[in-house]
Amino acid sequence: MNLPIYMDNHATTPLDPRVLEAMLPYLREDFGNAASRNHAFGWKAEAAVEKARRQVADLIGASEKEIVFTSGATESDNLAIKGVIEFYKSKGDHIITLKTEHKAVLDTCKRLERVRQERLDELKLLRLGQLAERDVTPEEVPELAAKFNLDADDTYKKWAEMPTGGARVTYLDVERDGRVSLEKLAAAMTPKTVLVSIMFANNEIGVVQPVAEIGKLCRERGILFHCDAVQGVGKVPFDVEKMNVDLASISAHKMYGPKGVGALYVRRKPRVRIAPMVDGGGHERGMRSGTLNVASIVGFGAAAEVAKLDLPEESARLFRLRERLRTGIMEQLDMVTVNGSLEHRMPGSLNISFSYVEGEALMMSIKDVAVSSGSACTSASLEPSYVLRALGVEEDMAHSSIRFGLGRFNTEEEVDFVIRLVVDKVRKLRDMSPLYEMAKEGIDLKSIEWTAH
Amino acid sequence: MAYSEKVIEHYENPRNVGTLDKNDPNVGTGLVGAPACGDVMRLQLKISDTGVIEDARFKTFGCGSAIASSSLVTEWVKGKTVDQAMTISNKDVARELALPPVKIHCSVLAEDAIKAAIEDFKKKRASRQA
Repeated sequence: MNLPIYMDNHATTPLDPRVLEAMLPYLREDFGNAASRNHAFGWKAEAAVEKARRQVADLIGASEKEIVFTSGATESDNLAIKGVIEFYKSKGDHIITLKTEHKAVLDTCKRLERVRQERLDELKLLRLGQLAERDVTPEEVPELAAKFNLDADDTYKKWAEMPTGGARVTYLDVERDGRVSLEKLAAAMTPKTVLVSIMFANNEIGVVQPVAEIGKLCRERGILFHCDAVQGVGKVPFDVEKMNVDLASISAHKMYGPKGVGALYVRRKPRVRIAPMVDGGGHERGMRSGTLNVASIVGFGAAAEVAKLDLPEESARLFRLRERLRTGIMEQLDMVTVNGSLEHRMPGSLNISFSYVEGEALMMSIKDVAVSSGSACTSASLEPSYVLRALGVEEDMAHSSIRFGLGRFNTEEEVDFVIRLVVDKVRKLRDMSPLYEMAKEGIDLKSIEWTAH
Repeated sequence: MAYSEKVIEHYENPRNVGTLDKNDPNVGTGLVGAPACGDVMRLQLKISDTGVIEDARFKTFGCGSAIASSSLVTEWVKGKTVDQAMTISNKDVARELALPPVKIHCSVLAEDAIKAAIEDFKKKRASRQA
């Protein structure tokens, strides 16, 4: 067994040797540009890309014509959400998503909200100021409204109904187990809703959403459904037809492929249209221009094929390892909580809070194991995880969480080592924790007046 | 985040972890921070009648820097008078441990813990004399 042990497979996965083998020729002699239609180098590259396209499509039950290669899932999320909002702006501008989505979705939504607000402010100012001959500052608005005998709120409301290129966004809460409530989702849908963006499996807690039911709700109402499927694809069966998914983001490096390549699935029947984010030579049916990253795309294809072949067996193996890890820890330590549904969860995923132990301190003491802290303590913000907070996890518990991500190359021996290490270090840190001592003495920590800082 | 060797050393071998009897009239207890913020530090000082810190113990819930900061100040305060201990500032702690900017907060907590412990001791003493 080699140290350190890698158990952060949500963040990224190592390249599978079979994937590397498939890629090598395209980094050496077969270097052609897949868009070169007039010679053998180009043809070979194109054929390799088309094979990979089929392999990726096969993994998610799509047709190869529905796969658009991108630089990764962040780009896919951006392209799907911005592309739909731009293309369907005359139909509506409302998006529904979850508070627990990946930042690639949340920050894209936030930008669209900002765009809309800026346009509205601009329109309002122009209207109130009788167009642009004069500079209008926000402070002048009430004065101008009075001067032109306009009701500022009413004007604003009228403009608010017009397409702006931005979007209105509903960020739905999730239930305590991390899953969306279908009733709440249905209730949030309006005639102006054009897109629902909900992930397949959560990167932080591993919880799998009821994607097929979400797809059904959207289809019934003619709303497009985008699914950030990055974490779950290749680990849990995912089928765009069975699940009524219209757009899906996937990434190679989360399934033992190379970094820097991903795909967006864009449905053809019924046809989904998106405005491109990148202008250029019209590659990828005009949806994503740019010379294709042939070697990486080949690797992505190989990774998808391996994932599809291995899925049933590998999924069962990861489940056994995960349960061994979970029960091994929980049998020996008290006051340990699993965050998110245990039932609806990716097989290799475990997010747990160790009460009265701070997550980063624990990570530091188990430095022979690469995991990540549920709390974003290592980032500049020091804020506990927004995902755990959205589940209703108390702040102190959110600071005490660790994410274990088991993958294809983890072994039983490694899991047993990690159990011993974690149990030992949690005990040591609890011996050092004033909170654990107080809790053991029966002091209610909530009754104490803490010094906020 | 890369920690300095001193942080790691204190973290791995924390000095003076433990609990003193909080009912002892010579023991001052300072409890600062909040579980919701991710760090709570408890510093206890045993102070002689002449105002010399004879012993110090800590328990900390927090990240590596918070644990190292508390461990460090228990070493520093021992043998000092109360007045001398009051002059220890968070800057001294941050400098000694080479804390990254985002962790300066841990050194502030350590300074606050010293002050809170001494204040608790002084309160106890005042109520005894009253």
